[in-house]
Amino acid sequence: MSDLTIALRQLRFEQKAFWRNPAGAVFTFAFPLLFLVIFSLLNADVRIEERGGISFVTFFVPGILAFGLISACYTNLAIRMTISRDFGILKRVRGTPVPTWAYLAGQVASSVVITFLLFFVTVGLGIVAFGVEFRTTTVLGLFATLALGAACFCALGLAVSGLCPNADAAPAIVNFSIFPLLFVSGIFFPLDNAPAWLTSIAGVFPMQRLADGLQYAFDPRTEGLGFNGGDLWVLLAWTVAGSGLAARLFRWDSVKK
Amino acid sequence: MPAIRVRGLRKAYDAVEAVRGVDFDVAEGEVFGFLGPNGAGKTTIVEILEGYRQRSAGEVAVFGHDPAKGERALRERIGIVLQETGVERFLKVAEVLELYCGYYRRPRPVDELLALTGLEVKRNAVVKELSGGQRRRLDLALGLAGDPDLIFLDEPTTGFDPTARREAWEIIRNLRSLGKTIFLTTHYMDEAQALADRVAVIAAGRIVAEGPPDHLAGRDSATEIRFVSVPNMALPDLAPATATVDARGEVIRTQEPTVTLNVLTGWALDRGVTPRRTHRRPPHPRGRLPRADRGDRARRCLT
Repeated sequence: MSDLTIALRQLRFEQKAFWRNPAGAVFTFAFPLLFLVIFSLLNADVRIEERGGISFVTFFVPGILAFGLISACYTNLAIRMTISRDFGILKRVRGTPVPTWAYLAGQVASSVVITFLLFFVTVGLGIVAFGVEFRTTTVLGLFATLALGAACFCALGLAVSGLCPNADAAPAIVNFSIFPLLFVSGIFFPLDNAPAWLTSIAGVFPMQRLADGLQYAFDPRTEGLGFNGGDLWVLLAWTVAGSGLAARLFRWDSVKK
Repeated sequence: MPAIRVRGLRKAYDAVEAVRGVDFDVAEGEVFGFLGPNGAGKTTIVEILEGYRQRSAGEVAVFGHDPAKGERALRERIGIVLQETGVERFLKVAEVLELYCGYYRRPRPVDELLALTGLEVKRNAVVKELSGGQRRRLDLALGLAGDPDLIFLDEPTTGFDPTARREAWEIIRNLRSLGKTIFLTTHYMDEAQALADRVAVIAAGRIVAEGPPDHLAGRDSATEIRFVSVPNMALPDLAPATATVDARGEVIRTQEPTVTLNVLTGWALDRGVTPRRTHRRPPHPRGRLPRADRGDRARRCLT
């Protein structure tokens, strides 16, 4: 039996466990969708002049995609790993011959599956209920941005779980590390008129870059395949840094040995 | 080659030396009882053997492997049943077992694991709905998922009621009859006595006694009362204590020294007899004991 089979089985059971835990599924999955419905209804007739008069949903659907991806890959993974460590699940796993990479790959893949499910539901709802235009010409760029974003935020999620001292503190730490940046990253509302210093600070972080990359692919003015080079390079840099940090900070046990 | 070989094992946490030079072997197929109070260094030693902790000094070999290296080949052969270790709470019993069996190259079939631990009726129960005792059985089943040659059991019956305890013992005896080597950590002497072939007692980071459990505090638990009686005078009925005579006088072995002595002294007073040279020897371990414990061994003169 190959290690890949182990990783795939891990993914299958992670998914089973995820869908059987209503609280986890609701917060990761339904939260972004709720935002999408509420904000799109509130801004049904709004056009964004700074972006060539595109409709609000054309701006908001990719924003919600970014938010959903961050919830699934970063928030969800970081909290789940901290709980697993605190409850001794990781310690038990450590006592078995499962290769570390296969176990972690199963965890990460589970987050990626949720991200892509969320993608289809969000875009589907955007098209059906709010008439958002899904552009086939930029689909390659869109998926590349999603894939790199998922890798980036999974790496950062694993890294931050190494910083969380225990399961009780994890939700607070993880949410605090993400929410202030989400609001200045042009995810929920456009920041085209915000002060330049604020947008340049936000541009250092991967949240703004992910949202911008996805919005670029949805923007009807975009020509070409939808790859926004600047955004992708920053995401790649954070992926590398996050992976390095995760490898350094990862712990199997909540007690120091 | 022994299953476990430990020589000169030491472990220090900062300035505190938790394990101070420990040597022992565990033979293949043996049930090895590891006793000691909390804080004696028991968990530290077990976790070094399991590969969770690094030692400070000494040699440790488990099936010839150094557990500190975390080799997969070794983990294929050992099963670890820890206390208070989490399980994915939203999976069903059979699903968790299937997942863990998948980590091993030659797992034991899920149905066998369920049968061995008496969890067949709970196979479709979600883990978070299990009772404490059922959780412990699942812990055991997970430890056996890889059909290990060596099983570490960390206080497997702590918190069990007597029935659950006897059932757990039965499971452990079954494992033993399958030829498994078992490293059993426990607080309870009676558990070690019931299950272990050999016992090591650890206190303050050192092994203070080692040997078959019967010799350490075991079934040789009778107190011996000796005295020289008056000739031709029949002793009272001391049952269930046993009375014999050897070259030095009367020897009475009893599980209830206070009761027996009460009968005996009452009998002597009634007859105006003063027994000469009465000695009572409490039960004592015959293993190597630390100096401090030797006081208990001294015979006490009653008259």
